[in-house]
Amino acid sequence: MTSQHRYIPMTEQDQTEMLQTIGAASIDDLFRDIPASIRYEGTLPMSGALDEWALLRHLKQLAGRNADQDSSISFLGAGLYDHHIPVVINHLASRSEFYTAYTPYQPEISQGELQAIFEFQSYICELTGMAVANASMYDGATALAEAAALASAHTRRKRIVISRAVHPEAREIVRTTARGLGLDVVEVAVKDGLTDMDALAAAIDETTAAVLLQSPNFLGGIENLAAIEPAVHAAKALLVVSANPLSLGLLESPGALGADIVVGDAQPLGIASSLGGPTCGFFAVAEPLMRRMPGRIVGQTKDLDGKRGFVLTLQAREQHIRREKATSNICSNQALLALCASIYLSVMGKQGIRDTAELNIRKSHYGARMLGALEGFSLPWQPQTPFFNEFVLRLPDGINVSELNRRLLQEGFFGGYDLGGAYPELEGHMLVAVTEKRTREEIDAFAAALGRLSKVVHV
Amino acid sequence: MSMSTSNPSPTPEVLTELRRAGAADVKPEKALIFELSREGRRAYSLPFCDVPADDDLESLIPGALLRKQPASLPEVYEVDVIRHYTELSRRNFGVDNGFYPLGSCTMKYNPKINEDAARLSGFARIHPYQPEESLQGAFELLYTLQNDLAALTGMDFVTLQPAAGAHGEWTGLMMIRAYHESRGETRTKVIVPDSSHGTNPASATTAGLDTITIKSNERGFVDLDALRAAVGPDTAALMLTNPSTLGLFEEQIEEIAAIVHEAGGLLYYDGANSNAIMGITRPGDMGFDVVHLNLHKTMSTPHGGGGPGAGPVGVKQHLIPFLPKPVVSKRQDGSYFFDYERPQSIGRVKSYYGNFGILVRAYTYIRTYGPEGLRRVSECAVLNANYMMARLSEAYEIPYPGVCKHEFVMSGRGLKQYGVRTLDVAKRLLDFGYHPPTIYFPLNVEECIMIEPTETESKETLDAFIDTMIRIAKEAQDTPELVLNAPYTTVVRRLDETLAARKPVLNCSCR
Repeated sequence: MTSQHRYIPMTEQDQTEMLQTIGAASIDDLFRDIPASIRYEGTLPMSGALDEWALLRHLKQLAGRNADQDSSISFLGAGLYDHHIPVVINHLASRSEFYTAYTPYQPEISQGELQAIFEFQSYICELTGMAVANASMYDGATALAEAAALASAHTRRKRIVISRAVHPEAREIVRTTARGLGLDVVEVAVKDGLTDMDALAAAIDETTAAVLLQSPNFLGGIENLAAIEPAVHAAKALLVVSANPLSLGLLESPGALGADIVVGDAQPLGIASSLGGPTCGFFAVAEPLMRRMPGRIVGQTKDLDGKRGFVLTLQAREQHIRREKATSNICSNQALLALCASIYLSVMGKQGIRDTAELNIRKSHYGARMLGALEGFSLPWQPQTPFFNEFVLRLPDGINVSELNRRLLQEGFFGGYDLGGAYPELEGHMLVAVTEKRTREEIDAFAAALGRLSKVVHV
Repeated sequence: MSMSTSNPSPTPEVLTELRRAGAADVKPEKALIFELSREGRRAYSLPFCDVPADDDLESLIPGALLRKQPASLPEVYEVDVIRHYTELSRRNFGVDNGFYPLGSCTMKYNPKINEDAARLSGFARIHPYQPEESLQGAFELLYTLQNDLAALTGMDFVTLQPAAGAHGEWTGLMMIRAYHESRGETRTKVIVPDSSHGTNPASATTAGLDTITIKSNERGFVDLDALRAAVGPDTAALMLTNPSTLGLFEEQIEEIAAIVHEAGGLLYYDGANSNAIMGITRPGDMGFDVVHLNLHKTMSTPHGGGGPGAGPVGVKQHLIPFLPKPVVSKRQDGSYFFDYERPQSIGRVKSYYGNFGILVRAYTYIRTYGPEGLRRVSECAVLNANYMMARLSEAYEIPYPGVCKHEFVMSGRGLKQYGVRTLDVAKRLLDFGYHPPTIYFPLNVEECIMIEPTETESKETLDAFIDTMIRIAKEAQDTPELVLNAPYTTVVRRLDETLAARKPVLNCSCR
């Protein structure tokens, strides 16, 4: 018997008594159904056990080898943003009645989680302007892929049109998903930082299931959804919009502009960036698509006494009922992070979400002005292309962006995302994010560092 | 610890009396956060606007792009927020509240050090697009975890990208499909037993494959004749949970593997039940080609009320080229990087690199145990399950006697003669402070009750639960109406699920 572990209560005496009740000679006897030929003999070549103190020290050492948003001032976004996370979120989400529970299968003892999800669905409907939302998805990118799948099932069409201004990683996931389902994916070019309207119109045909857009898009630009919507619906395709939920504090909701499905990632709403996960996808649809939505959905109902209560509902859509006839295999959601997003929106409220969105707009526009004015730098597509909190900065000719970012890191900054990889035509361009957290002083210091380093960093 | 003694709720009889007397507010209805709103209240504190703010907002963003109507979010102050969500938490039941023997879900204790680890700033507040050299600690953790999970499952390489078990299934099947296609073969059929998780066939469909369901034999195992009849030149894969959802180890697994491999198919291991076999046997040694693990089950990362989880996928050598990209690799100089140069990859399945925060927790868990400790975890999980099965057999029918692994199934059909069903037993358990077992799954057992105690529960807890189950069986016989009307002590009574589905109210429409 190995030494007693703090998570396991089994004592030698327990073990003896229990084996006796079972009528087994030993623990080994309980594994007699496993053929000897496939038994593992010896000790697995894995990392060894550490005591609590040594483990904490080891973890802190590993964590300490990463630069983080406390030690560095971040101008890096590209889908994951350094927003302020109100302190109450961690306190409330740390209540273990939430995080040690499973999916609320027993509603009588899960009303807390069920109500929290119902409120999350309500918040998402409010922000997106849509009729119904689900309990959440893995992340914004997989939610977008699920939207493509839904659109194809609904329209019985196979062609997915997606803007190149959608997050490059989300486009990769849409392509992987499309291969599974046998869908064709057509990409539409970008012009002046926005989806090229002429190219989009040319790409939509009578076989198009959906047009997938992101707004604000990956390059920061706010798409003109009102102008795009008629062409999509004229072809009887669905308009799918991936939105930054924080921007919807001030920007017109995609629902009001005619979107059929609105998805996105709730990371800006009080969720840590955590190397990109876990975050929380959201998924909202117009009423006619309600029964095609993937994932869990919570609905309001009454108990035997007529008291309000909540349950998982519309489960006939889901994989455990439909099995191979299901159109999605998702059977979980990101409940704990949906809770964080809900707490964030409760803290912000009607005025706070607007104020936060406005701070993002004002500070990023100040940042753009400062950076664009640096010698040799410029802002392509400004001022004609509106943006929320992120913009493209063109660096002086001959600068290696990743080398520049390494030097910026040494000065305490996370520089912007290097666009050259995902957009070869934007070699030498950087995507810069400025959130409400950045002070004028930090922005000015960043501008000064950029200006100085650009003179010494070359290809 | 028995929850029934620690929770001094009124007895069911007293509550029934109160309700009869019209005391509908025994447990008051909980307000929605939207219903707490009072105009002008605030719970936020924002950074100052220290940049010029004289410009009209519309000079920065065209007015046509701005909202006409503000989002109707509640206006509350900080204490409202704290009390609201604290109250919601009190209306929820987690592993920290009590015994949670939900079969196939492995509701073990969620260690607190895991939570502390994931919240370290150097893990929680990092960005995947930071310069690579500023993420070496995170990369090292991922790389080590990959290798640890490969050793544990007997596979050659592991991707940590998938976000959940079902996501892992789909990823694995996409790789199997790509593998067959790379060999110029068209194989479209995925074989699953009738006791499989619903996600298995659903994952096959979303990977563009067709499902063939085969019946289990009378002992609950894969019927080899049915399997032989099902395999052929169109077989892409067999998906199997071993131990099965009945808690039984497929003793003929090597023969099963041979049948599938001889037909040219691959074997997919659904790792939902891995808590039974750590260090004892490995899917890779059983003949499986692809494995997914549910880290939120086996590796104790919490279930979070339904997520987030993580579903890493391990593969044998011949499937490595098809792994989703990027993969975490190590250079000769010892530095780590995301490797994107993978021409045969199925592509990306999750943004960035999976649910890193969950992977940190899983790594932390592995290091509290080490390989010997993990073996002990499985031994104790299996001992606990067998003990419960032995003791409960006096009151409930055990359809598959013998040894079980980490979980077992019972049938509640013996109570039907009193008009009591498994659902009623589950609801009655709520009054005693327990989360009920999984019920009505797997589908091939009538009035099924599926119990998984896990290794982190003591003999006293198991005994108290067993005594309660036996007591409820007796109540069903003596006073069935007591069981049929349960629960009595919860914040709501049984809820009308038909109403919820027929007239869906899915948000508060608080405008």
